[in-house]
Amino acid sequence: MKRRDFLGTSLHALALTAASTAFGRLYAAPLDSPRLLVVFLRGGYDCLNMLVPYTSSDYYEMRPNIAIARPPASLELDADWALAPSLLSTLAPMYASRQIAFIPFAGTEDVSRSHFETQDSIELGQPMGQRDLRSGFLSRLASVIGGQKAIAFTDSLPVCFRGDADVPNISLKAVNKPVFDERQADVLAAMYQNHPLRDQVREGLELRQQVSAAMAEEMQQANRDAITPKGFELEAQRVGRLLRTDYAIGFVDVGGWDTHVNESNTLSANLDSLGRGLQALSRELGPLWSSTAVVVISEFGRTFRENGNRGTDHGHGSVYWIAGGAVSGGRIVGEQQKIERATLFQDRDLPVLNDYRSVLGGLVRRMWGLSDSQLERIFPAAVPTDLGLI
Amino acid sequence: MTALAVALAVVIPTTTWPASADKAAVTRTDALWLERIDDGVTTGALADYRSLGKRRYLDRQLDQPGILPPAVAQQIDALEISRRDGPSLWFEVSAEQKRANALPEGQQREDAKKALNDRGNTLANEAARREVLRAIYSSAPLREQLTWFWLNHFSVHQGKANVRWLVGDYAERAIRPNQLGRFSDLVLATLQHPAMLQYLDNAQNAAGRLNENYARELLELHTLGVNGGYSQEDVQQLARVLTGNGIAAGADKPKLKKEWEPLYRRDGAFEFNPARHDFGDKTLLGHTLAGSGADEVRQAVEIIVATPACAQFVSRKLATYFVADEPPPALIDRMSKAFGKTHGDIRAVLEVMFASREFEQSLGLKFKDPMQFVVSSVRLAYDGKPIANTRPVLNWLNSLGEPLFGRQTPDGYPMVASAWSSSGQMIRRFEIARAIGSGNAGLFQPESGSAAQTTGFPQLATRLYFAAIEPHLSTATRTALDSASSQVEWNTFLLSSPDFNYH
Repeated sequence: MKRRDFLGTSLHALALTAASTAFGRLYAAPLDSPRLLVVFLRGGYDCLNMLVPYTSSDYYEMRPNIAIARPPASLELDADWALAPSLLSTLAPMYASRQIAFIPFAGTEDVSRSHFETQDSIELGQPMGQRDLRSGFLSRLASVIGGQKAIAFTDSLPVCFRGDADVPNISLKAVNKPVFDERQADVLAAMYQNHPLRDQVREGLELRQQVSAAMAEEMQQANRDAITPKGFELEAQRVGRLLRTDYAIGFVDVGGWDTHVNESNTLSANLDSLGRGLQALSRELGPLWSSTAVVVISEFGRTFRENGNRGTDHGHGSVYWIAGGAVSGGRIVGEQQKIERATLFQDRDLPVLNDYRSVLGGLVRRMWGLSDSQLERIFPAAVPTDLGLI
Repeated sequence: MTALAVALAVVIPTTTWPASADKAAVTRTDALWLERIDDGVTTGALADYRSLGKRRYLDRQLDQPGILPPAVAQQIDALEISRRDGPSLWFEVSAEQKRANALPEGQQREDAKKALNDRGNTLANEAARREVLRAIYSSAPLREQLTWFWLNHFSVHQGKANVRWLVGDYAERAIRPNQLGRFSDLVLATLQHPAMLQYLDNAQNAAGRLNENYARELLELHTLGVNGGYSQEDVQQLARVLTGNGIAAGADKPKLKKEWEPLYRRDGAFEFNPARHDFGDKTLLGHTLAGSGADEVRQAVEIIVATPACAQFVSRKLATYFVADEPPPALIDRMSKAFGKTHGDIRAVLEVMFASREFEQSLGLKFKDPMQFVVSSVRLAYDGKPIANTRPVLNWLNSLGEPLFGRQTPDGYPMVASAWSSSGQMIRRFEIARAIGSGNAGLFQPESGSAAQTTGFPQLATRLYFAAIEPHLSTATRTALDSASSQVEWNTFLLSSPDFNYH
């Protein structure tokens, strides 16, 4: 009951803020050739051991074995939050140069605490109660902005790209030379000419050629025995290279965040690799980085208390990251509240005060200068929040 | 789907077919039925089908385990997992791990850990080889598809903890003996298997230190489905029921207080340890469960499996795999009814499904998943001839994103076309079609490194092809095949065709 009241007021307040901000910045121009990359951390990463509520004594009391130590062991970002040591070499400089912002208490209204259910909810991006599995929010964004290409850097097409927009996919974890010559590719495409899979087949054959051309430089470097990065850093470097060609919207996912048992080492290694990936992206995109926004999201946060196995279980509110040269970062933004036992959602995890549809809606509106009706097509019935990030 | 239905409807009448097929071609329905039930046709299966007829051919597969060609049976018998049971492997790895951890930090300890890791990987690889060999060569390939289905439904990932040591035993002792029996027995067998106990952390779930990971997935993924009418409270109550159900640390019984002794249970590596159990009463899905110990788990499973939501969920899942991405609701209702009436008899549910009009109407319209594509390709390409090396097959499954025991998340691999037919996946599939069609791809080079049996590229244009496939090809595929400049290319196009990729 209390929560509902609170949410009611806060949504109202958000709506007011959004309206006045939109008015105040009526003349703000959209970005020149914007690039949006969504990075999905699958498994529900433990945001509280990334962005640390170091002034909360409950945090230290309820996480006796796994809490991240107070500054100076971690990096103080403001009066409430500190950055985990595993991100000091990567995100700290980015934060200092105002190229990354964090949005705590972010997430969905979905409280199933199921990975699959909540990942789908987020990728579909539809109002609560609706669930059209054929329509993902990035596909709708691609349709609305039209004429600019989108791509998924994954082995299969993610839910967020389901829909009308024709979106190809290719994983960049490993890159090989194309197998078919032009004539063979034509024959294969012709077999599917009058088939529901026609577009996938045609795009797939074309994309193979394109990727191998774009990666020629990397292969030369490898041949000269230059040190090449590994894991997500290498993948992100390739993503950057492909985004540089002519893709406006990209999606990539990273697994391994479901830390039920012995969380500390796994989480810090994952965060380190993610941080390196963001650096590689910024390097690779070069001048384009200044019109890029990278959004790092996850299906939910984790329990405030550690469990019996030095891990954490499925929770609710998360911390999203928005990074890029286009971002006015170096800040922790959005609705916030004190983190303590009494303010937990269902006495278990973080509440969601910043609905992801509102946050992402506000972001893409600024990036592409979208109208209300365009935004309504992407996130129906959502009230966009302008956090002034672009 | 309309375009596909039209494409498939363009069929050249069988009567115009040349005499090169010395036996009459089978009808389109029969050919597609066999392709779906058996995951690809072979000469031997076609002959059996012709002599037994549809009904008896199906019954034979449901009644008795399949037979393997001697050369394949020998390969399987030679595997270590065929000679060892799960519990002994588990006790070995736990003891070894303990020993390695006790070593002082340094090279020796690293080496010991690496050796353990390598051996675990070898055992998991053996388990995958065994599944693949059976899928390709068993005389009851439907049972093999069913094993794959249940392994996927109760999915475990070999990458977690010591699961890799146990996946062979999991398939052999938890899944296979129960796959056509009562669903609740299958649930219990997976629940008590060390692979599942480790994978979803129930081995760590204890009174006062609840870990609800497995309890949640048991409801959401294994029995009721996410909208199956349970609450967060039910998850926690079930987690309490599950406390103490774990894995034995060693072959010896643990030391227990005297009052716990009679409540302790042990079966292989599974143990119920009363010292770790929450003996309070629980309320699950509206039923009260008196805290009593080991037996609570069976009671809880019976309560869950008796719900209409469970009958619907399991029926829908089976029909999604065997019939259609969006199975007809009327069929699911009939299957659910059979499930309820027989208290979850899997065979009874399957019989309703296979005998249904909806099953027959769906033939030829279901997109093969990577496992089905790879297995049916090898079945057609080598038609019962035993391969000597399964590594290429496992690599193809890997590269198509569906390796055995390789699904990281507990939801198992998706079973609908949209999950496997994106642009990237289609091209990967064509590339593998080329690998299969253009040479023996290492399939006849024994793992031991002894001399390869020389085999060139496979001949796919065989009597079998002319009897069961050629008469029913679409014009688009025929045109492609006619334009092939070599046998290798012809093979590649056939295996890449829409006709071959649906069943």
